[in-house]
Amino acid sequence: MTRRGIALAVTSLLLLLGVVLSAGLGQLPIGPAQVLGSVAQRIGIANSWAPDQVLIEQTLWQIRFPRVAMSLLVGALLAVAGAVMQAIFGNPLAEPGVVGVSSGAALGAAATIATGVTFLGAWTTAVAAFLGGLAATLVVYATARAQGRTEIVTLLLTGVAVNAFAGAGLALFMFAGSSAAREQIVFWQLGTMNGSRWNEVLIVAVVGIPAAIVAITLAHRYDLLALGDRTASHLGVRVERLRIASVVIVALLTGVAVAFVGIIAFVGLVIPHLIRMLLGPSHHTLLLMSLLGGATLMVYADLLARTLIISADLPIGLLTSLVGGPFFYWLIRRNRKLAGGWV
Amino acid sequence: MTTRPMPAQPGPCHGAPRSQRVTPQAGSSAFSAVGVSYAVGSTQILRDVTVHIPYGRVLALVGPNGAGKSTLLGALTGDVTPSAGQVFLDGQALSHWQPRDLARTRAVLLQANAVAFSFTARQVIEMGRAPWIGTPQSDRDEEVIAAAITRTDVAHLQERSYPTMSGGERARVSLARVLAQETRIVLLDEPTAALDLRHQEDVLTIARELAREGRAVVVVLHDLSLAAAYSDDIAVMQGGKIVAHGTPHEVLTEELVERVYDTPVRVMIDSDTGAPIVMPRRTRTS
Repeated sequence: MTRRGIALAVTSLLLLLGVVLSAGLGQLPIGPAQVLGSVAQRIGIANSWAPDQVLIEQTLWQIRFPRVAMSLLVGALLAVAGAVMQAIFGNPLAEPGVVGVSSGAALGAAATIATGVTFLGAWTTAVAAFLGGLAATLVVYATARAQGRTEIVTLLLTGVAVNAFAGAGLALFMFAGSSAAREQIVFWQLGTMNGSRWNEVLIVAVVGIPAAIVAITLAHRYDLLALGDRTASHLGVRVERLRIASVVIVALLTGVAVAFVGIIAFVGLVIPHLIRMLLGPSHHTLLLMSLLGGATLMVYADLLARTLIISADLPIGLLTSLVGGPFFYWLIRRNRKLAGGWV
Repeated sequence: MTTRPMPAQPGPCHGAPRSQRVTPQAGSSAFSAVGVSYAVGSTQILRDVTVHIPYGRVLALVGPNGAGKSTLLGALTGDVTPSAGQVFLDGQALSHWQPRDLARTRAVLLQANAVAFSFTARQVIEMGRAPWIGTPQSDRDEEVIAAAITRTDVAHLQERSYPTMSGGERARVSLARVLAQETRIVLLDEPTAALDLRHQEDVLTIARELAREGRAVVVVLHDLSLAAAYSDDIAVMQGGKIVAHGTPHEVLTEELVERVYDTPVRVMIDSDTGAPIVMPRRTRTS
């Protein structure tokens, strides 16, 4: 079995285990057998494991499963967004949260919450988040890339600027908004899967999954991009077109991931990096495994967020940043040692 | 030397149907640059350059620093859009070519060959096959890659991570990538800059073999003796113009080299090959 096959099998198992655990654990404990039985019953397989209490059924299908599904999707999309961003910047430190795409998206979303606009129904927040994310990505892209190269310092400093601006915007909306809106915005900045609903999950899936699939179909071109813009174009890649398509993909993935659950940083940094270390930088494997790995990480992160402190729901963004921050620090140090500086 | 079959001939997007295209004859023009000028701001980098580059020959592009060699190469690859004049590839204006068809027609080795992320040398070489994905040619991927690896002497580097290799090793792996692309035109920008003596000779031997197979080869070089020994033609650039173009014997005269490089030289004849050798005249200082 190849390394890739092993990684795929192990991650899939972990993912399934995580889903069953996450659906089962909580204030109302539900056994793994009941979880599996309930799912089997829903897809038309009658079985004796299925729970017979209405409360358990309701808890599973109205609270736990939408939340698990949202974690899976958000984790997968953020990890893929990170990998795509790293591919187009040719740099492992690019990540939607770090360079400010996430906060741009959050700002767009906060604007609709604070002002109460709902011109597109349930889609309003998602669309605003996408536009905010796109604007932030374009700013970062335009600033940090010069003559086909990305300087890390410029990239990170642009991220600082975009994050600061979006932070101020968020603060403004909190100041101006109602107390209900204020509370919602605070939760966003911290990130939480709490209260995910099926219709939200559907929006994230409808936008995010096609965007992720498009990214995976571009994998081969991302490999060539690693040779530099000119060489990639000599090999037949329309570099500028690829970059612009990718910027839109990143904004879509990040925007829709952030729209309902808020800012969850570092997933797009940690997951692709781990996969590169294990399986190499080839983008087909990288994007596929990021999808799976991001989903897995997020299911466990959400499980921890819910169960670490009894009867409290920790913000999941807090948790990922707690782990991701030191990891980012380590990555910078390592990068610096390897590259001997900041290029 | 046996002549290898040329790869299939893709053409410009609105050229003749594939079946009617002919394999270019040795001697017919691969590239024609006609009256090409290029300026950045007020700096004129290329001035009215006209040059025809035939199939089946090695053309060495030489000249002092800043003469415009790399920019001319850039104009041929399409990276640089001339401010005046036009570049034709197989008789079609370069702007009419699709990127994919271009990639199947000409391969380029640049001076700088950095690779982001730690791809292995083998993976980098495999990327040279990208333009042929989805064509019958991709059935030969393994064979072509193996041949490119042998030819450039990088078999022992295959599993090494590209960013950890030395400059010379990277240059050879990148050359293998260019060979794997199997194009009928090969453009090499200072391929020998980071190489040791033996590998310099190896690379230019490869360039010569490529030309004998019917391909057009353009090499930017600084070492005039190397250019004289391995190229069929030499074009000398100075101040954005081609000031001389011909066989090594015609071009490399003491008078011309001294004028272009502004330093005294002695031109001798290699008794083994008959090719000119250009030596700077040095004076003992002690």
